[in-house]
Amino acid sequence: MANSSEISYLQQPAKRTFWSIPKAYQDSARGYFLISPPLLYSLVMLAAPLVLVVLLSLWTQNYLELDRTITLKNYVEAVTEPLYGLLISRSLMISGMVTLATVILAYPIAYYVAMFGGKRKSMWLLLITIPFWTSYLIRIFLWKVILGYNGVINGSLMGLGLIEEPLTFILYNANAVVLTLAHAWAPFAILPIYVSLSRIDKSLLEAARDLSDNAFQRFFRVTLPLSMPGVVAACLIVFIPTVGDYVTPKLLGGTDGLMIANMIQIQFGKANNAPLGSALAVVAMFIVAAISISFVLLTRRFLKTKG
Amino acid sequence: MISNSAKPIIEIKNVEKRFGSVTALDGVTLDIKEGEFFSLLGPSGCGKTTLLRIISGFDFPTSGSLYIGGEDMAEVPPNLRPTNMVFQSYAIFPHLNVAENVGYGLKKLKLPKAELERRVNEALALVDLKGFGPRESHALSGGQRQRVALARALIMQPKVLLLDEPLSALDKKLRDAMQIELRRLQQTVGITFVLVTHDQEEALIMSDRIAVMFDGKVSQLDTPEKLYRRPANRRVASFIGVMNFIPAKVVSSNSKSLVIDITAIGKATLDADEQYAAGADITVGIRPEMLTILYSETADDKDSFAATVNARSYYGDMTYYDVRINDTNIHATISMRNTAGRPVLAPGAKTRVSWRPDSFTIIANV
Amino acid sequence: MEKSSRSLLTYVLVYLTFLYAPVFLLPIFAFNDSAIISLPLSGFTFDWFLMLWQTKALHEAFYNSMMIALISASLSTTLGIFAARATSRFEFPGKRGIVGFLMLPLVLPEIIVGVALLVVMIQLGLSLSAWTVVIGHVLVCTPFAIAILSSAFNSFDISLEEASLDLGVNKIGTFFRVILPMVAPGIISSFLIAFTISLDEFIIAFFLTGTDATLPVYIWGQLRFPARLPSIMALGFLMVLLSLLLLLVAEYFRRRSTQFSANSSASNESIL
Ligand SMILES: Nc1ncnc2c1ncn2[C@@H]1O[C@H](COP(=O)(O)OP(=O)(O)OP(=O)(O)O)[C@@H](O)[C@H]1O
Ligand SMILES: [Mg+2]
Repeated sequence: MANSSEISYLQQPAKRTFWSIPKAYQDSARGYFLISPPLLYSLVMLAAPLVLVVLLSLWTQNYLELDRTITLKNYVEAVTEPLYGLLISRSLMISGMVTLATVILAYPIAYYVAMFGGKRKSMWLLLITIPFWTSYLIRIFLWKVILGYNGVINGSLMGLGLIEEPLTFILYNANAVVLTLAHAWAPFAILPIYVSLSRIDKSLLEAARDLSDNAFQRFFRVTLPLSMPGVVAACLIVFIPTVGDYVTPKLLGGTDGLMIANMIQIQFGKANNAPLGSALAVVAMFIVAAISISFVLLTRRFLKTKG
Repeated sequence: MISNSAKPIIEIKNVEKRFGSVTALDGVTLDIKEGEFFSLLGPSGCGKTTLLRIISGFDFPTSGSLYIGGEDMAEVPPNLRPTNMVFQSYAIFPHLNVAENVGYGLKKLKLPKAELERRVNEALALVDLKGFGPRESHALSGGQRQRVALARALIMQPKVLLLDEPLSALDKKLRDAMQIELRRLQQTVGITFVLVTHDQEEALIMSDRIAVMFDGKVSQLDTPEKLYRRPANRRVASFIGVMNFIPAKVVSSNSKSLVIDITAIGKATLDADEQYAAGADITVGIRPEMLTILYSETADDKDSFAATVNARSYYGDMTYYDVRINDTNIHATISMRNTAGRPVLAPGAKTRVSWRPDSFTIIANV
Repeated sequence: MEKSSRSLLTYVLVYLTFLYAPVFLLPIFAFNDSAIISLPLSGFTFDWFLMLWQTKALHEAFYNSMMIALISASLSTTLGIFAARATSRFEFPGKRGIVGFLMLPLVLPEIIVGVALLVVMIQLGLSLSAWTVVIGHVLVCTPFAIAILSSAFNSFDISLEEASLDLGVNKIGTFFRVILPMVAPGIISSFLIAFTISLDEFIIAFFLTGTDATLPVYIWGQLRFPARLPSIMALGFLMVLLSLLLLLVAEYFRRRSTQFSANSSASNESIL
C-alpha cells in the first residue's frame, strides 16, 4: 500500500541563513578573494598595530629615548604600583555597576516594547534612540549641567525650597559616572534585549499559561530564560567599551572617578611613557577579555536556545 | 504527439553528483526527447533538484556527462545554455515591474524599444497576463508570479524549459488549473519541458514520460500509463498510487503466458514476456480500483473471492475498504465509487469481490 | 495583565524622561540669553547661533569631520560590501574566524584602537593627520557596515541571481542589474550609519588627529572655556536636528529594503 508519509510531505523552500550556503557557490577561492580586502585592512591596521602595542609594552622609555631591550618591567610596574591597580579595579567596578544598572533599567523597556508595542514597535524604538543622535560629548556634558553645583537639579530643589545648600554628592564622583554612562549606553542594552524578547514565540507563553503558570512564574520560567541571549549580549556590549571610557570620568568623575583610560592617555601624553601606557592597555584588554569570556561561559547554558 | 524516433535533446550519461559524503545522484542515465513533456518524480531528497540544476548549469556533475542538443555542456555556464528555468520561488525581480522582468533576458540583444515591447506583450499574452506589463511585481498573486516567471523564461525561446516544483506554492484549485494550462502551453509552444515534482498525480496528468527516482537513481522511465499499470518494482508501485501486493506461486510458464496461484485468491493466467521457473515465489500487484465489490455474499462470478470488511474510509465520492480475503490474514484495499444505489458497507460485512486476471501485474522484488 | 501593563507604561514614561532630560536642556540653553549655563533662565537670544556662524575654527573642524566621515563611510561601506558578499554567498574554511576578527573592533574599547594606531604612527615616524583618523574610523565603522550589509545580502533569495544567469546575463551584468539594486538600500543605510559614527567619534580622533581637529575634538577643547559653552549648546541643538534628518532618510531607505524582501523568508532584523 502507498506509503503516505512518502508522498504527502511538504516541500519547503530552502531557508538561506548566514551560514548555509547554496551548493553552486561552494567555491572557497572566490570567497577568499572577496574577503581579502577587508581582511587585509584589518590585519594591517588592527592586528599589526596591536602586536606592536604588545611589543612596545616590553620596551622601556628613558626620558626621550626608547630602550628596545625586552623586559617585563612595565608589567611589573603596572601590577605592583597601587595607583594602577586601583584605577583598573575602579574601572571594572564602575563598568560593572554601569552594566548592571543599564541592563536592569533597560529590561522593562525592552519588555514593554516587545510585548505591548503592538504595531507601534518601531515608533517606540525610534523614540528611544532619538536622544542619542547628538554629540556624545555634549550629552555627557549636559549631565554635568544637570548634576552640577549650580545645575538643574540643585537649582530646582533649591527653588522649591527643599534644600538650602546645593547637593555636592551628585557630581564629581563614581555615582555621577555610573548614572551618566547608564544613560549613554541605554539603547545598546535595550536593542539586543528587545530583539531576543521579540523572537520568543508567543505560543510558548500561552503554553505556559495553559499549564497554569501565573504571570509571575511565566516570566521567570519562560520569558526571562528565553531572553537571556539578549541580556548577555547587552551586558557585553555595555561592559567592554565602558571599561575603556575616557570622556565621562574626565568630565564628571572628579579625582575619585578617574578610570584606567585616563591613565593610559596620561602615559601617552603628559607622562611621555608610551611603553607603560601600552602595558596598561594590554593588561586592561586582557582583564576585560578574561571577564567577558568567563561571563559568556557562565551564562552559556542560557544561550543554547538559539537566538 | 511524440514519436519514438524523436531525437534526444538532452542526453544524460552516467551522471554522479556527490556533496561531501552525500551521494545526491548515483549514476543517472537518461535521454529526454525533443518536444516532450518530461517529469522527474520522486520523494524528497532523491536528487530531482540536483539533476535539474545540473541541466541548467548551476551545479556540475562529479562525474558523467551531459549533452544538450548534441553539445557537451561540461564547460558551459548557465547563461550560455539553451535552457531556461522557472524557479520554485519564481525568483521575480522585486525591483523591476512585470514588463521589465519579462524583458530582462532580452536586454542584451539591444532590440529597438517597439520590438522589445512587442515581444514582451506577446509573451504576456501567452500566459494570459495581457496588460500586466506596468504592474509592480510585488503586487502580484502567487499564480500571477508563476505566470510571469513562465513568460520570462519562454520569451528566451529556450530549447528546454526547466521547471522546479512550479506549482507547489499554489493552492489546490489553482494548482489543478495550472496543470492543465501548463500542458496546453507546452503543446502550443512545442518546447521540451522538464518538470520536477514530488506529486505523482501532477506528473501523471501532465507528462509524456516520467522518470521515477529513488536515492539518486532512476528506478523506472516510462509513460504515465505504463508506470501506473506496470510498475517495474515494489517501490515505484507504492510511490504511484495505492497497490495491493499479494504473494503468488508460479504454476507453469511459457514465453507468452504465465499461470500462477495467487495466495488466498486462486489460479490466474497472465500475459507475460518473461519466463519463470515452475514453483517460484513471486509477488503480484493489483490496484484498488481493479477489484470490485459485488455487494452480495452469494453472487457468483467466475473470478471472485469472499471478503470481510475490516475497515473503511469514506471520501464522499469514493469509499476505500480494507478487506480480509477468504478469511485469511491477507488484506486488500478496494476503492469503490459511491454511485447511486450503492451502499457503504460497515466493518464486519461479508461480501464477494470480483477481479480479472489481466488486472494483476508482476512486481519485481527490488 | 491590564494593570501590570499600565504600571509598566508608567515606568516607561519615567525612563523616557530620564533619556530625554539632557536633550530637552539643549534648546533651553541654546536660546538662553546668559553666558552661564545654569538656572534660572534669563531671556531669549539667537546670539549663540550667530557666534557659531562666526567661529572659523569651528567651521574648519566641521569641514574636517565631514570629510573624514565621508571618506570613512565610503571606505568602510566598500569593505563591508566585499565582506558581506563573501560571507553570504561563499563557504570557505576559517570563515567564522575571519568574520569574528573583522567584527573585533565592535568589542574593543576605542581607546585600544586609538592607542594601537598611535603607536604605529609614532614608531613609523609618520605624522598625524586627518588620514590617521580615517584609518581608525574605517576600523570601527566596518563591523557595522558588515552587519547591515550582511543582512541586506542575505535577505534576498539566491534564485534571483540564478534567474539572471539563467536568462543569459553574465556574472558582472547580474551584479549590476540584480544584486546592486537589491542591496542599494542596505548600502545607503550602512553609509549613513558609518557616517554618523565617524562624525561623533571622539577618542580615536583625540588620539590620532594632528592639527586637523575634528568636530568632537574641537568641542572637547571648548568645554574647558565657560564662555564658549552656550554656543556649544547651540551647536548640539543643530546636530540633533541634522541627525533627525539623517535618521528619517535612513528609515526611508530601510523601509524600501524591507519592501523588496517582503516575500523572502529571511528576516529583516539587522544583526545589531
Ligand atoms: N549543497 C548541498 N550540500 C550537501 N548536500 C546536498 C546539497 N544539495 C543537495 N544535497 C543533498 O543531496 C540530496 C538530493 O537533494 P535534492 O535537492 O536534489 O533533492 P530533491 O529530490 O530535489 O528533494 P526535494 O523534493 O526535497 O526538493 C539530498 O540528500 C540533499 O540533502
Ligand atoms: Mg527539490
